[in-house]
Amino acid sequence: MHRFAKPSVFLKLTDPLLPWLAGATAILIATGLYFALFASPLDYQQGDTVRIMYLHVPAAWMGLFCYVGMAICGAMSLIWKHPLADICARATAPIGATFTALCLITGSLWGEPMWGTWWVWDARLTSMLILLFLYLGYIALVNAFDDPERGSKAGSALALVGAINVPIVKFSVDWWNTLHQPASIVRMDGPSVDPSMQLPLALMILGFTCYYFVLLILRVRLELNERRIRALQLSGMFDERSDQEAEKANSYDAGHNAEASQ
Amino acid sequence: MSEFFSMGGYGSYIWGSYAITAIAMIALLLATLRSLRNSRIERDQLETVLQARRPRRTKKAPKAS
Amino acid sequence: MNGFLAILQRDLRLALRQGADSVMVVAFFIVTTTLFPFGVGPEANILARIASGVIWVSALLAAMLSLERVFQTDYEDGTLELLTLSPVSLELLVLGKVLAHWLTTGLPLIIAAPLMAVMLNMDQNGFVTLMIAMLLGTPALSLIGAIGAALILGARRGGVLVSLLVLPLYIPVLIFGAGAVEAALLGISATAQLQIMGAILLITLAATPFATAHAVRQAME
Repeated sequence: MHRFAKPSVFLKLTDPLLPWLAGATAILIATGLYFALFASPLDYQQGDTVRIMYLHVPAAWMGLFCYVGMAICGAMSLIWKHPLADICARATAPIGATFTALCLITGSLWGEPMWGTWWVWDARLTSMLILLFLYLGYIALVNAFDDPERGSKAGSALALVGAINVPIVKFSVDWWNTLHQPASIVRMDGPSVDPSMQLPLALMILGFTCYYFVLLILRVRLELNERRIRALQLSGMFDERSDQEAEKANSYDAGHNAEASQ
Repeated sequence: MSEFFSMGGYGSYIWGSYAITAIAMIALLLATLRSLRNSRIERDQLETVLQARRPRRTKKAPKAS
Repeated sequence: MNGFLAILQRDLRLALRQGADSVMVVAFFIVTTTLFPFGVGPEANILARIASGVIWVSALLAAMLSLERVFQTDYEDGTLELLTLSPVSLELLVLGKVLAHWLTTGLPLIIAAPLMAVMLNMDQNGFVTLMIAMLLGTPALSLIGAIGAALILGARRGGVLVSLLVLPLYIPVLIFGAGAVEAALLGISATAQLQIMGAILLITLAATPFATAHAVRQAME
């Protein structure tokens, strides 16, 4: 298991995978967009705005998927102390945060024409917002340490705590929402998904997931490069110091000898 | 054609959300690619500098891209 | 158990000798609560409507502000390192520190809360529920907050960071704490909310010391 942590092994495994994943991402999202924008029927209630759902639902899925991924990485780093797990969690966080924010923005853009308001304190919206806060907290924590590895470790612990907390938050927000919004005009659960809408939805979800894996591979590489740079800089610093000291010693000797010979 | 762009009167909302999603996803990809390239350049520079400085201790570094 | 009592005694003695900490927390709580009437206007019925929420949010912020000192001073002077090396289980020691934190911050807040409830014109039949809810809620806040306090050891800008980490995790306590008071004000039984708060307290009591101890060990590596 630990041999995957070596950069060379990671590269050997992902190098042939990357072009395929990138190609799959492009094809899936392109066909998904075609079906979402041209070849899908209108919803009898929502009209054209149902097209926003083809972005909103995949973004929501990715937001949750990334968080689960981070929590699994956190558990792996806790149990097996696997170095790559920390790096994966760290690389996932910005992607998950972006998708969660996109989910909230597209949901807002759908809510304005449909509900007549940009934001409601609906249980699902509120939970998604809290998920975004958890992402931001993770990113802030991971970047707050001078030693990045310590940051990653603290982040893994936080991701795990957050994952245990997510169901509790979800439950309490649901409970709070039913208490405060009895029989509201706003109904999140629209009509059940028509088979003709399932195809673009599935294509977009798969496309977004492939996009995530492409980005994950790239960001893990970036992280590995940066670790290598830090290691090199550290060794370079020691070299420089010894060089300078040697130089100083030489010049001192030279000066001394020159003086002595005068 | 204009009917397609107006999207039944909801065009600004629909195209707005598609545009924001596209911008965010492409920006994230480009930012990652750029910093990956920069990190690769910096790492290679450091490696050549350090190897030139101490030729005796050339250890084959793990080639990462 | 001796280790637990010893650390509890030590932390309490430190807090009492410096004295200012508990007073500061209560003062912060009172000042924050007093800001709300300036923000929303002095009408008595509006204040009565928002009183339970205002008190809970202020209590949350006050409890959070004092978190940094649970581990920070001990981390800086090296005490924490000795504690992790001691033969007593770190989980127990963490629990002792959290209990000391609650006794010096949570308990004063519970005593100050009815005072602010009076000033915000809250109906009298909510007072007992407010105090019971805070009695169940504030220990959970200290327990959850200790994880955040341990995670930020050695970080830059730890104080701001801990709020970003801990506040989302505080939301369930806030929802049920304010919900219990609201139910009592409406004349409905608040038992369900209080039971859930009890459950949250038990879960955090059982789970958080392990997470906190893990985070402390990480900081010591």
